[in-house]
Amino acid sequence: MSCYTGKYAEELIANAAYIATPGKGILAADESTGTIGKRLSSINVENVESNRRALRELLFCAPGALQYLSGIILFEETLYQKTAAGKPFVDVMKESGVLPGIKVDKGTVELPGTNGETTTQGLDGLAERCQKYYAAGARFAKWRAVLKIGANEPSQLAINDNANGLARYAIICQQNGLVPIVEPEILVDGSHDINKCADVTERVLAACYKALNDHHVLLEGTLLKPNMVTPGSDAPKVAPEVIAEYTVRALQRTMPAAVPAVVFLSGGQSEEEATLNLNAMNKLQTKKPWTLSFSFGRALQQSTLKAWSGKEENVAKAQAALLTRCKANSEATLGKYAGSSHLSEGASESLHVKDYKY
Amino acid sequence: MFMSCLITSLQYFLGLPQPRHHIFCVYLSIIANIIISVCYLFPTIVALIHYNYGINAEELIKNAKYIATPGKGILAADESTGTIGKRLSSINVENIEANRQALRQLLFTSPNALTYLSGVILFEETLYQKTSDGKPFVELLQEKKVVPGIKVDKGIVELAGTNGETTTQGFDSLGARCAEYYKAGARFAKWRAVLKIGPTEPSELSIQQNAQGLARYAIICQENGLVPIVEPEILTDGNHDIAKCAAATETVLAAVYKALNDHHVLLEGTLLKPNMVTPGSDSAKVAAEVIAEYTVTALRRTVPPAVPGIVFLSGGQSEEEATVNLNAMNKLEVVKPWTLSFSFGRALQQSTLKTWGGKKENVGKAQQAFLVRCKANSDATLGKYTGGSAGGAASESLFVSDYKY
Repeated sequence: MSCYTGKYAEELIANAAYIATPGKGILAADESTGTIGKRLSSINVENVESNRRALRELLFCAPGALQYLSGIILFEETLYQKTAAGKPFVDVMKESGVLPGIKVDKGTVELPGTNGETTTQGLDGLAERCQKYYAAGARFAKWRAVLKIGANEPSQLAINDNANGLARYAIICQQNGLVPIVEPEILVDGSHDINKCADVTERVLAACYKALNDHHVLLEGTLLKPNMVTPGSDAPKVAPEVIAEYTVRALQRTMPAAVPAVVFLSGGQSEEEATLNLNAMNKLQTKKPWTLSFSFGRALQQSTLKAWSGKEENVAKAQAALLTRCKANSEATLGKYAGSSHLSEGASESLHVKDYKY
Repeated sequence: MFMSCLITSLQYFLGLPQPRHHIFCVYLSIIANIIISVCYLFPTIVALIHYNYGINAEELIKNAKYIATPGKGILAADESTGTIGKRLSSINVENIEANRQALRQLLFTSPNALTYLSGVILFEETLYQKTSDGKPFVELLQEKKVVPGIKVDKGIVELAGTNGETTTQGFDSLGARCAEYYKAGARFAKWRAVLKIGPTEPSELSIQQNAQGLARYAIICQENGLVPIVEPEILTDGNHDIAKCAAATETVLAAVYKALNDHHVLLEGTLLKPNMVTPGSDSAKVAAEVIAEYTVTALRRTVPPAVPGIVFLSGGQSEEEATVNLNAMNKLEVVKPWTLSFSFGRALQQSTLKTWGGKKENVGKAQQAFLVRCKANSDATLGKYTGGSAGGAASESLFVSDYKY
């Protein structure tokens, strides 16, 4: 009746605690082949394996960047790739104290009878896949559930089904040695205000933690990857301090202290916005019994991508851009980010894509 | 136009010369700036307007926080007439109103004891009683900064088709009753849900019914200005080990907090009164440190940080046991985002009752005994209890099988 206490329990707790190290965070580099294709085409680079490999080598070998990361989430293809010199990416990470993670979901599908709401697939054979990934060096996993805000959304069906999916995924991961990152993303699309987002976020998170409890998930061996609580993309913006207060309050009301860390998704915020919001949360003087850190994809890579543009001669410049964002977010996890007077091209650019599909 | 107003107001404040017709813009932009600052820098104004029509969130939050003050706890003196009768008969005292009044007066006028209490839970009769000098108990407590609380449930009834499991009644006119109690000076309430451990217990039905009941009770209290103490007591009866109790406690608490969320209860304006996690009454005892670890782990896995305080029930533990366990929890080196305190009935009153024996000449000594337990538990909330206040009665187990209030 109690939670998971199998052979990986201690290791899960240790790895989750390590990822929660203050001053560190996660680079989400797990774009599927289709999604990374969109990124590459935005800088006029062909979506072939060698280019995907080159981009990831640029990121993982950026001098000085890995010290600010506790983990990197990979797509399956990348888990087995190597540097140009022949060193497996997984080894590069391990040597720098960065845990390799793996995206294990297989995308979203629509829930019939709803207004475009979705559930996430990928449970079939998940246990065997996790074992394979563990053998390849992965120590944590990620599964993205997606919900949206609308007149009648999220529906009880969407909440229940996604919460249940996350809980099933989580316990299967734990049984196979991977720390599950639980990601119930509520899309920012819409014209709702921040109160509505807070209300929905609290309901969704409460449902998630009830489901995790029902499925006997060991909370000390998990992480949460939620959206920040913000106004909708079509509503007026608010200050980082307001976002910080609403977000932390939502977590206080739903997230048990046993969970070691929250690693926020950036969900279309610009690089600078995401960092400022994270920083404001860490400066807030209130009860925060978990680390507040980042698991950013676009918000860590945008300037880097632009600086690289696929050209070998730009690699160093691009790596410098990545280092800047990594350091900035590291400082934000400590509430010490002072803002950037000199932002790289793209750092302030909104990364919002309507109805974002990974 | 807005930018020029801003610039103009800047010029104005810097004392620079500007055309006369811009003064209007200056005032406009000053007002606009103030409004914007208020919206941006004081979100707490917005945040504190609870989204549920008319709940005075500020007052509830303030009272809950005060009750959770480290170093203080709650005296549960809300024994119903039937239950207090059992206590009185154990010391050969007749169960009449005068004696019930005398006992409570003894407790509430104990010199210095009230400094260690943030709240006292009362039975309805007591809420309207006075000292022999004619001072209302409620006033006495308020003067000493002890918040009066009120038991609002009407006992338990069996759930048909279960193996003796129960649900709690008391919803009829609960809102109106809470409003009356608020007028009489009460600022928090208590509702006891009871679950038990067995081969097939607690059943899903029992968990759901009791969690839903607690949530309905809680929101009705908040609508009427009372901080609800949420009490899902899992009885110690049984021969199960501590791990079984932990599993049941985590499952029950998870269900309770899901229900509270469903019913839109403001967690910052509530308190939790759970059982400690222990082996069953028929099992071998374990050390206080073990109880502390299992209990705090269970709470860390289920109780959101927004809850300001957890006030344990003593559930049949002896006075000393309860204090030592509470102390061990507060000494535990782990992140605990709520205060851990006490809401003890028997575990605060046992020695006092025995010492009094119903005799006027024993009142002073009995009050001394009461002060000793209050201070001991206050120390325990700070992890500073060093033991040694265990008199004969203090170590006596207060366990009663299948305890009915």
